[in-house]
Amino acid sequence: MLHIVVCIKQVPDTTQVRIDPETNTLVREGIPAIINPFDMPAIEAAMQLKERYGAMVSLLCMGPPQASEALQKALSYGADRAVLLSDRALIGSDTLATSKALSCGVEALGREQPVDLVICGKQTIDGDTAQVGPGIATRLGYAQLTYVGKIEEVDLEKRRIRVRRVLEGAEEVLDAPLPALLTVLKELGEPKYASLPAVIKGLRTSIPVWGAKEIAVNTDEVGLAGSPTQVRRIFAPPQREPGEVISADGEADKIANMILDRIIEAGIVEG
Amino acid sequence: MPEQQPGASSIAVISRDACIGCEQCVAVCPTGAITMEDGTAVVNAELCDGCGQCVAACPASAIEMSGGEQAEAAPAEKEAQPAAAAEPAAAAKAGPAPEVWVFVEHTDGQPATVSWELLGKGKELAQALGGKVCSVLLGHEVSPLVKEAFCYGADKVYTIDDPVLGHYRTQPYLHGTIKLVEKYHPEIMLLGATTMGRDLAGAVATSLQTGLTADCTGLSIDPQSKLLEQTRPAYGGNIMATILCEKRRPQMATVRPRVMPMPERDESRTGEVIEEPLGLSEEDIAVKLVEYAREDPSHVVRIEDADILVSGGRGMGGPEGFELLQELAEAIGGTMSGSRAAVDQGWIPHERQVGQTGKTVRPKLYLACGISGAVQHLVGMQTSDVIIAINRDPNAPIFGVATLGIVGDVRDILPALTRACRARLKKEHASEAAAGEGE
Repeated sequence: MLHIVVCIKQVPDTTQVRIDPETNTLVREGIPAIINPFDMPAIEAAMQLKERYGAMVSLLCMGPPQASEALQKALSYGADRAVLLSDRALIGSDTLATSKALSCGVEALGREQPVDLVICGKQTIDGDTAQVGPGIATRLGYAQLTYVGKIEEVDLEKRRIRVRRVLEGAEEVLDAPLPALLTVLKELGEPKYASLPAVIKGLRTSIPVWGAKEIAVNTDEVGLAGSPTQVRRIFAPPQREPGEVISADGEADKIANMILDRIIEAGIVEG
Repeated sequence: MPEQQPGASSIAVISRDACIGCEQCVAVCPTGAITMEDGTAVVNAELCDGCGQCVAACPASAIEMSGGEQAEAAPAEKEAQPAAAAEPAAAAKAGPAPEVWVFVEHTDGQPATVSWELLGKGKELAQALGGKVCSVLLGHEVSPLVKEAFCYGADKVYTIDDPVLGHYRTQPYLHGTIKLVEKYHPEIMLLGATTMGRDLAGAVATSLQTGLTADCTGLSIDPQSKLLEQTRPAYGGNIMATILCEKRRPQMATVRPRVMPMPERDESRTGEVIEEPLGLSEEDIAVKLVEYAREDPSHVVRIEDADILVSGGRGMGGPEGFELLQELAEAIGGTMSGSRAAVDQGWIPHERQVGQTGKTVRPKLYLACGISGAVQHLVGMQTSDVIIAINRDPNAPIFGVATLGIVGDVRDILPALTRACRARLKKEHASEAAAGEGE
């Protein structure tokens, strides 16, 4: 039976975050915290493998105490267990420090039962870096398989996995040894709620919280201390010069020709 | 280091509105006086000893010290920062001229144009540092690309040529890149934010235990500290963040295609070639390529290369709306694209998506039809030369970035515009460009 670890993150729903035009500051009040949307296919991939091959699925999340809500939600899709990595020492972590903490978390989970597969989402919608998955793979020495659109097969005997990667204008199939780390695309699908008992179990389970001590990580390598990059400055995005806004007033042909006049004037096409 | 003020006469005050929740103040506070509540930093006045380190750590200028004395100390602390940061840079300059490295991405002998865009930017950065811009070229039988790298401005090319590198795989490319970095110590390394670049960059940065900033839209050298200032959108594009990697080297960054301009190509240029062996055999590589298929080039959609994009959003209403867009695209010599909403609805495929989770484009003309202009979309197209927006909603945010905005119904205006193009545009232009879509 496989032991699959799915890494998830609780993020603010950035599609709802906006700048207050008067104060030029971020309005983050009332923005719901959600499971990173790109992590949902990762959960679904694990559940499909569980159904196909038999697996124990462990969810791992690094975040503040309230991130346990995300884990409870994710448990209701049928995962077997969840662990929250949360510790003051982890605050201020950039991607290097985050991959350090998460890889120590995976190792701690592996001490209980050896890990065969780690599955991550492609990227987060708040950090957008896509760096943590490769970071964990590199630290653990797992085969790194990114942009996976389909898991073709897992061979439990030979301990190999075959995946299809989606690239720009091309696709490839790679065959890799286990243990491996995958970052997956939306093509893997969305998880469906498991049985009602699983939903209830998810809501009732109290999520264990592991700190720096439990995952045996050196605090110099996480948090701000373990982060080579730091945000030095924040500013509002540059604004374009406001242009002209005209009402069509139902005169489609007139407006259309006016638009074309402007496009020709700008030298983009020749009339 | 800031001096501790006697007593707790001055404490940190955090503006809830300005706080972006990055937690850098929490991490830096020596007394644990700052905690996060509902995503915003909050000071426990009883624990605050007035040291002011949080003020300097805050990128959003959201923290002030209450009380006049400390308020003066804070700016002094801020000035001290660049001087402290200058030390590691000075140490770096003591040796040979600093190098800016640019990874050359290529597939089947074809270079990815982002490699040359970054070479152009890299040259600018190298000049600011008084150093050299170098290409890093791994592959098999890649000597034609060595020449191309010189044509696009490289002073040096570091290359590893080996059959094991014939097709990109993480392990051998990681191994080769690390080998070069550990021997030649670049100051900065840039890669394209493509599937290959992102696959490799995270692995390289982690191996080297250095900092990596993804999807930068701006790169420059701070004249005082000589550090690489890496600017990128954050919070889904709602704000811009400038990031520094002060101590570790190389300072690494990825940049999306089409963000930096393409440099001039100069046939006459040449430079130094440094070859290194890979030191790995095929048996050492655990991951095997089973199958590789390029999409038929005539079917590959490259919206990033189009001069004119005719783009549709939720306001197009359905697949019929996209037929109108396709007709206009053909008539005007453009390529069809769309917003995330259109992709989620299944009206266009993901390869045509413009935006934060799609592609970044900078065409000469971006026609936004029925697109409201959410920040996540704007991030992908707001550097287009000319933006023309058509939307029924006069308050649509897209009008804030449009060169010309039309409040009207796309279902009437688009066919009218198609008719106008067919009647007025030079025929050759339209048909050539339409054929060009297939390239």
